[in-house]
Amino acid sequence: MSIETPALGTTNEFIARHIGPRDADTKAMLALLGYADIEALTASVIPDSIKGTSVLDLPAGQGEAEALAAIKAIAAKNQLFKSYIGQGYYPCHTPSPILRNLLENPAWYTAYTPYQPEISQGRLEALLNFQTLVSDLSGLPVANASLLDEGTAAAEAMTFCKRLAKNKASHAFFASQHCHPQTLDVLRTRAEPLGIEVVIGDERELSDAGAYFGALLQYPAANGDVFDYRELVARFHAAGALVAVAADLLALTLLTPPGEFGADVALGSAQRFGVPLGFGGPHAAYFATRDSFKRDMPGRLVGVSIDRHGKPALRLAMQTREQHIRREKATSNICTAQVLLANIASMYAVYHGPQGLTRIAQRVHQLTAILAEGLAQLGVTVEPAHFFDTLTLATGSKTAELHAQARAQRLNLREVDAVRLGLSLDETTTQADVEQLWALFANGQALPVFAALAATVASRLPAALLRQSAILSHPVFNRYHSETELMRYLRKLADKDLALDRSMIPLGSCTMKLNAASEMIPVTWAEFGALHPFAPAAQSQGYQELTTELEAMLCQATGYDAVSLQPNAGSQGEYAGLLAIRAYHLSRGDDQRDICLIPQSAHGTNPATASMVGMRVVVTACDARGNVDIADLKAKAEEHRERLAALMITYPSTHGVFEEGIREICDVIHANGGQVYIDGANMNAMVGLCAPGQFGGDVSHLNLHKTFCIPHGGGGPGVGPIGVKAHLAPFLPGHAHLARQDGAVSAAPFGSASILPITWMYIRMMGGDGLRRATQMAILNANYIARRLEEHYPVLYTGSNGLVAHECILDLRPLKDTSGISVDDVAKRLIDYGFHAPTMSFPVPGTLMIEPTESESKEELDRFCDAMIRIREEIRAVEAGELDKDDNPLKNAPHTAAELVGEWTHRYSRELAVYPSANLVDGKYWPPVGRVDNVYGDRNLVCACPSIEAYQDA
Amino acid sequence: MSDLRFTADHEWLRLEEDGSVTVGITEYAQDALGDVVFVQLPELQAYAQGAEVAVLESVKAASNIVMPLDGEVIEVNQQLADSPELVNEEPLGKGWFFRMQLADASILDGLLDQAGYENLLKANG
Repeated sequence: MSIETPALGTTNEFIARHIGPRDADTKAMLALLGYADIEALTASVIPDSIKGTSVLDLPAGQGEAEALAAIKAIAAKNQLFKSYIGQGYYPCHTPSPILRNLLENPAWYTAYTPYQPEISQGRLEALLNFQTLVSDLSGLPVANASLLDEGTAAAEAMTFCKRLAKNKASHAFFASQHCHPQTLDVLRTRAEPLGIEVVIGDERELSDAGAYFGALLQYPAANGDVFDYRELVARFHAAGALVAVAADLLALTLLTPPGEFGADVALGSAQRFGVPLGFGGPHAAYFATRDSFKRDMPGRLVGVSIDRHGKPALRLAMQTREQHIRREKATSNICTAQVLLANIASMYAVYHGPQGLTRIAQRVHQLTAILAEGLAQLGVTVEPAHFFDTLTLATGSKTAELHAQARAQRLNLREVDAVRLGLSLDETTTQADVEQLWALFANGQALPVFAALAATVASRLPAALLRQSAILSHPVFNRYHSETELMRYLRKLADKDLALDRSMIPLGSCTMKLNAASEMIPVTWAEFGALHPFAPAAQSQGYQELTTELEAMLCQATGYDAVSLQPNAGSQGEYAGLLAIRAYHLSRGDDQRDICLIPQSAHGTNPATASMVGMRVVVTACDARGNVDIADLKAKAEEHRERLAALMITYPSTHGVFEEGIREICDVIHANGGQVYIDGANMNAMVGLCAPGQFGGDVSHLNLHKTFCIPHGGGGPGVGPIGVKAHLAPFLPGHAHLARQDGAVSAAPFGSASILPITWMYIRMMGGDGLRRATQMAILNANYIARRLEEHYPVLYTGSNGLVAHECILDLRPLKDTSGISVDDVAKRLIDYGFHAPTMSFPVPGTLMIEPTESESKEELDRFCDAMIRIREEIRAVEAGELDKDDNPLKNAPHTAAELVGEWTHRYSRELAVYPSANLVDGKYWPPVGRVDNVYGDRNLVCACPSIEAYQDA
Repeated sequence: MSDLRFTADHEWLRLEEDGSVTVGITEYAQDALGDVVFVQLPELQAYAQGAEVAVLESVKAASNIVMPLDGEVIEVNQQLADSPELVNEEPLGKGWFFRMQLADASILDGLLDQAGYENLLKANG
């Protein structure tokens, strides 16, 4: 089938840009599989029980230029007022070389999470810089590679304190009333199912520190004040409680860092380090702690190790802490970081350096002090005696009028309460801005003279809290301050990495499809980037239109009745989904429903999420074909029928198969009073063909960064909206700035709003037919690979028709016995062939899971299959004794250019090592390091930039 | 070797002359885990049988060491903090985890002996 294009328009033109195989290729691929056309293949793959459940009915795809014009018109409905709202979100300047060479550069944004360290050294270095930046500024030695937002970082800090505090008897967490309100909301949501009581109060009036296992303080406080917490921290410690401090990174360049006044955790947002406001996200949050707590740190951590040549090499440390291993015992369900945004913040610090950052912070503070002084002269009451960049003004009965006057001048001030308002200055504030603010409050008085105040005004930071310790002394923060140097540093790092701009990334369950340029372009428009998440609703009409339309599109794609776009990662979507199920049961008085059934084959995030909402996990078996064992499921559902809350199931299964029993499975759960959570990680196999909301699902999360084209960003951002049936709609995440105010799971009402245009553009340009076609082609591509490789490697699971869904699993376990070659060896050898490895050992140890997506052309699929077949021949040579069982190109993979010079001692040729295939001569990817030693790195954990000497010694 | 007792969780126990019992993991367990990179040891206190008292991390997995019997942990192997590789190198020797005091040492007789443990491994394939 080919989709017809009217000759005089551009309708559906984008479909062929997004989908790899041409019509002739498609025919050849179908012929290999033995199908006459793609509809026949589709009909064979989709089980009868769910056939025809799709409700996708969208108009034809719009051409790229028209779609861009349409979204531009939507964007124009957002009104960009100058924001003084603050509250954790500050306007800033994204340095142009970072905007162009990093944020808008596919080498950075199309990369995957750096699980394969040898092809990820560039972004790992950028992340290590981020960790070093956070560690330096916070005064705590171990920082992770970012979390989702400040609110969720605070929630992680709360459960972190619960695990580690000596006061085991307490279930109460103290949260200062001076914390940002959205942080308090996320804390409340997270605490309730875990049986934690969040006590919000004024820390200055705290009577009994012994009542708490932990505390959260804000520094500087949300009202602008800069409190000295030393004595308070000591009191909490004496009572066996731990203290987390949410701190502003820019302020920390001037203030005593939390680590130096005793904090156990520092957390916060790195947004103002060059990341646009974006109506609330995505931004990188940070999290740092003491060395003794490092193994309990949530999220990902980059560590320094060595490669097999003994050279320093970076990789993700302590992977076994992650939920894919620890499951319900994991410290958190967090899988995603905010890598792209953390790297922007990292490079912002690299570019400005310690002096530049300090200068920015001093300028912001100085302007705030001048503003405060001038306001005082005008008779305005400035509340805090000390401040960094934020003032709370006692404006009494004039407050509402002042807001109205400000808006008339396109200024947004922070709404504190009926008698007070707030102002936060930032990097973009100028003298003219300060004078405009004075004029707002002058009420006919003469304005203060800026120059006179600038000459006399003193610092308003408390003298006792001025920072004494140096920051960012590492050479990386002192070397790239000219644009030429920064541009080349970014290029050098990008060149070390393998992203979608070089080759396919066939990662099963990750859906690494095209992130089209037209989808990406609106992301960096000011109309989407420069909006504060708490700007008055009248100013965000464009966003409201965009999100309303997107919700409707996603309802159609999934068959659900309502969608929440708030969860800012897949794991967050799971969490929000289970919270909705829990709230539904509670609303019906079914308080006892706390059992969550999860099949053995589930991704580890599922059980980790279930424990976060206080559910007990009961694992159900899989049969020999990898399918859910329905008899076992039924037995367990019936056994627990009084307490059954939910089933979490992935569809198509994590084994890459459309299980025929899915409807029956959903019916069993419903019959026993449970709700069905269908994990949407594999939605790319279903859009337009079948709909989880129509075949039994009550709720699903979608990974917009998989199925709907948001790039992986090298390990985040992700977006994990949830779709629900109508009965769960009342329990979707709320927010103080939404109609339903309870149950916020993210700091911002629409989570990572500024990247939602990507998905909108994709759906708009593909149209209903294009989306369906994409799914069909994803299935065709996967089956083509399975068919080409099955005679070389056994394909582990297929449906009864012999077909896979949108991914396939190759079984390498037999090869380990016959040749000693492991799945790791094959994955690393693929790097020599210029490929990113498929997913390793998930869901079955010793296997590779391949998901090509619809975007890869037949040429690229063939190049990959040819590489896999050649690797199989190399393994056969090992089996036959033609290659040494230890000294062979697989065991030594990947090979670096540096190995080629000097004496060659291997028992195979240099050519076989680095040019095993002739076509590589034309364009070879050279890994910068050899195979990374994970054992060394985890036994000798180093998570900040090593001294330069360490590199020189090696 | 006959003085060792075993659990189905692949832990070994040895009754010492002073009446305390030393606990570690078996050769089979260390091999299955792969290179151990970190050991988190229990507190010196009483625990119930089955309590998860220690964490063992390898590059492949993170697993819990459970209390093999009711008892009080009286000593932990501090060497493992700096040298987790001892668990791989000498699981039955320097790679021991902790010593515990049992209320009644005769309860040890209820655990598997060497032959019983080997049969268990065979049965598990």
